[in-house]
Amino acid sequence: MQFVAVSIIGCFGLRPRNDIRFLAIPCISVYTLHIGVPMSEIDLTRLHPVLDSYIPLGRSGLLPALHAAQRLYGWLPQEAAAEVARSLKVPLADVHGVIEFYSLFYNEPVGKRIIRVCTDPACALKGADGLLHHLCSHHGIEPNATTSDLSLTIEASPCLGLCEHAPAALVDDKAETNIDLEAGSYELGRPKSIVDGSLRLLTAHCGNGTTSLAKYGEYAALKKALTMKPEDVIAEIKSAGLVGRGGAAFPTGVKWEGAAKADGAPKYVVCNADESEPGTFKDRVLLLDDPHRTIEGMCIAAHAIGATKGYIYVRGEYPYIVPALENALTEAREAGYLGERFDIEVRLGAGAYICGEETALFESIEGKRGFPRVKPPFPTTNGLFDQPTVINNVETLCNVPLIITEGAAGYRRIGTEKSPGPKLFCVSGDVAKPGLYEVPFGVTLRELLEMAGGPSTEGLDKERLDPPLRANETDRIQGVLFGGAAGAFATSAHLDVKLTFEDLRAAGLPLGSGVVMVFNETRDLRDVLKRLGKFFAHESCGKCYPCQMGTQRQMEILDRIAAGNVLDGDMRRLQDVGWTMTDASLCGLGQTAAGAVLSAIKLWPELFVER
Amino acid sequence: MTITFSMDGKEISVEQGLTLLDAARENGTDIPTICFHEATTSNALCRICVVEVEGMRLLQPACIVQAAEGMKVQTRSERVVRARKTILEMLASTLDLSDAPEILTLMDQYGAKADRFPEAERRESAVKDDNPMYIRDYSKCLLCWRCVQVCADDAQYTFAINFEGRGYETQIGTFFDHAIPETTCVLCGQCVGVCPTGALKPKREYLLEQGLSPQEISVMNTGRKRRSKVTGQKSE
Repeated sequence: MQFVAVSIIGCFGLRPRNDIRFLAIPCISVYTLHIGVPMSEIDLTRLHPVLDSYIPLGRSGLLPALHAAQRLYGWLPQEAAAEVARSLKVPLADVHGVIEFYSLFYNEPVGKRIIRVCTDPACALKGADGLLHHLCSHHGIEPNATTSDLSLTIEASPCLGLCEHAPAALVDDKAETNIDLEAGSYELGRPKSIVDGSLRLLTAHCGNGTTSLAKYGEYAALKKALTMKPEDVIAEIKSAGLVGRGGAAFPTGVKWEGAAKADGAPKYVVCNADESEPGTFKDRVLLLDDPHRTIEGMCIAAHAIGATKGYIYVRGEYPYIVPALENALTEAREAGYLGERFDIEVRLGAGAYICGEETALFESIEGKRGFPRVKPPFPTTNGLFDQPTVINNVETLCNVPLIITEGAAGYRRIGTEKSPGPKLFCVSGDVAKPGLYEVPFGVTLRELLEMAGGPSTEGLDKERLDPPLRANETDRIQGVLFGGAAGAFATSAHLDVKLTFEDLRAAGLPLGSGVVMVFNETRDLRDVLKRLGKFFAHESCGKCYPCQMGTQRQMEILDRIAAGNVLDGDMRRLQDVGWTMTDASLCGLGQTAAGAVLSAIKLWPELFVER
Repeated sequence: MTITFSMDGKEISVEQGLTLLDAARENGTDIPTICFHEATTSNALCRICVVEVEGMRLLQPACIVQAAEGMKVQTRSERVVRARKTILEMLASTLDLSDAPEILTLMDQYGAKADRFPEAERRESAVKDDNPMYIRDYSKCLLCWRCVQVCADDAQYTFAINFEGRGYETQIGTFFDHAIPETTCVLCGQCVGVCPTGALKPKREYLLEQGLSPQEISVMNTGRKRRSKVTGQKSE
């Protein structure tokens, strides 16, 4: 059937794209809603003064503007969304697309108060499902619903990064931790930091509230770096052997060198604080307790590559970090560390794990849906706003002042030859003392778990165990989720593996973001896998087919297995989906979305067949 | 400048800058595509064109990876076939492919089974019939993005449509689901022209498929029957 549209493409479609642009007929504004929005009680006059400050940012101001509008109205009515579109000159459909992408933006009315209960593995071990059920039945609503008087919304949430205080929730913008239904106790507000380990270098100022600049002291490492040539700073980072701590372990100095040599100005330094990997909470502790270490690291990076602007992209589930961070930035500006030469802006995400992928994070800062970009080109040449960019994880940046102060040789005295430096591990699950542990690379998993008090016996049906479990019996663990949801399972057979990049690689375990989540002998690993499956299906951006459909199919099969309704061939289905995601997905999310499942199939094939 | 590389063991020479897909097509090697279209920016999202490149850890999308001197490419290795077959099987368990004959042919070629994933939740939605020109049947949409791209800066600069939802629940949509006439859509038809699966379809074609006669459609659209141009007589 022939049709005019087909012929338009037929005539023009095969020409270079510049030619078909002649077809563009800019006849009506795409930023303004002409018809269709009913007049309602939404008072836009309150919005205008708020939006004024975002207008100069253009599309890049979209997420901050939507956050601001949502703070005003409690949700994002279409009149307000249209006003944001008009002010920032973003097409209406695009604004809607952005609202729809981020799970913390609401395009329909929600409760005045929103409680998000984490139901991911670490919290699930401590009774998150019961908590959610109790809350919902108390208020007479289902999970992910709102009371009829719009006073309360209760949601099941992906990991909130409060794993050492499980079970946990986010109540509006406050962390609610260590919720104990039986005792009726909980802590609300700034989450406490539990910091321990055999080293206190990166965490020197952590564990006692936010460290002010006065207490942090002058930026001595920055002062020293400013006396060095940029290329010498980069050489120092390179010879220190620092690699990224966000999960990809890319050599930091090589990244900096690439951005330093790339043509183009301005250049950017971006701090990736979109920590969302289930089980990970180190960046939360570092930023909340010691923001100046990260800021100083960013200033040194800026000097090394010649950047004039920096961003700290904080995950939307950490709103309580922002005031501490803004305050620290003000202190740094007043002290002259930030200013005309280099300044930093804080950006708050809005509920999207994928924005921890570096190029998706750029898209998000640019005011778009967090779709990862095709690489190459890489961020060092074509990063934020298509400019040369260095993007580093919080923990990576926290290593930088240490390296400059101690010198590469001094830094290398910590850790092993191939994995120099200190490392933070987020220990959670069935251990006596969950928390953030700083150790040198090279301690064994057993040593780390023993620092954390060994496997916890709390809540165990000890009678079922033979012989009964005593505290500190580290060998009596069923499994450890290593590296987070995107990681892999280890067993007690791995307890004497040294925690270094080289030893873990040999053992087939990813270091990832430093997650060590412990499951004792009584835990149903099928339930853990089901939650990991749900997590990835919820967080896939939907761009590439293997991950968009693969995470859904993986979740469906894992749901079946957890419910005991295994179908013939389910294990093979999981493997085909898993290998396809790993091999053919566009970004790191899809490439690792089956890692834990595939590792569990290897370790415990019996979990995937009929019981 | 010409470069030489190997594809499926055969040495081939092509102009530098060509993608592996271009190079394969120039040399008569078949690499399947779904989201690729000559007139739109390649986003490498369907991953059906992935190939194995020696030295690369992961499969590479042929639509955007450029051929390079000395490269060794396998277009039908075991890994490639497994990925393509699984993607096709997942597509069949997700959406209605009845108007996508090319994909059904691919499924035959790769031995992909439409019922590989039992009990799978399908993406189903009601047909959106809200304008005189085209219908939107997102049960047939495989999210190739081409309609969004031609509506935006790949062609028309109309920006009437974008995405709704995320992940598996992604769908193409307008601002707060407004009907097409209430959007900036100029009914240019570019999106219909690039849709590979019949998710976007000329309304007339849709109505004919629904069993309406041309006469009935004419009455429906203009309130009167069509007249023959030559004789002025009413057509049959």
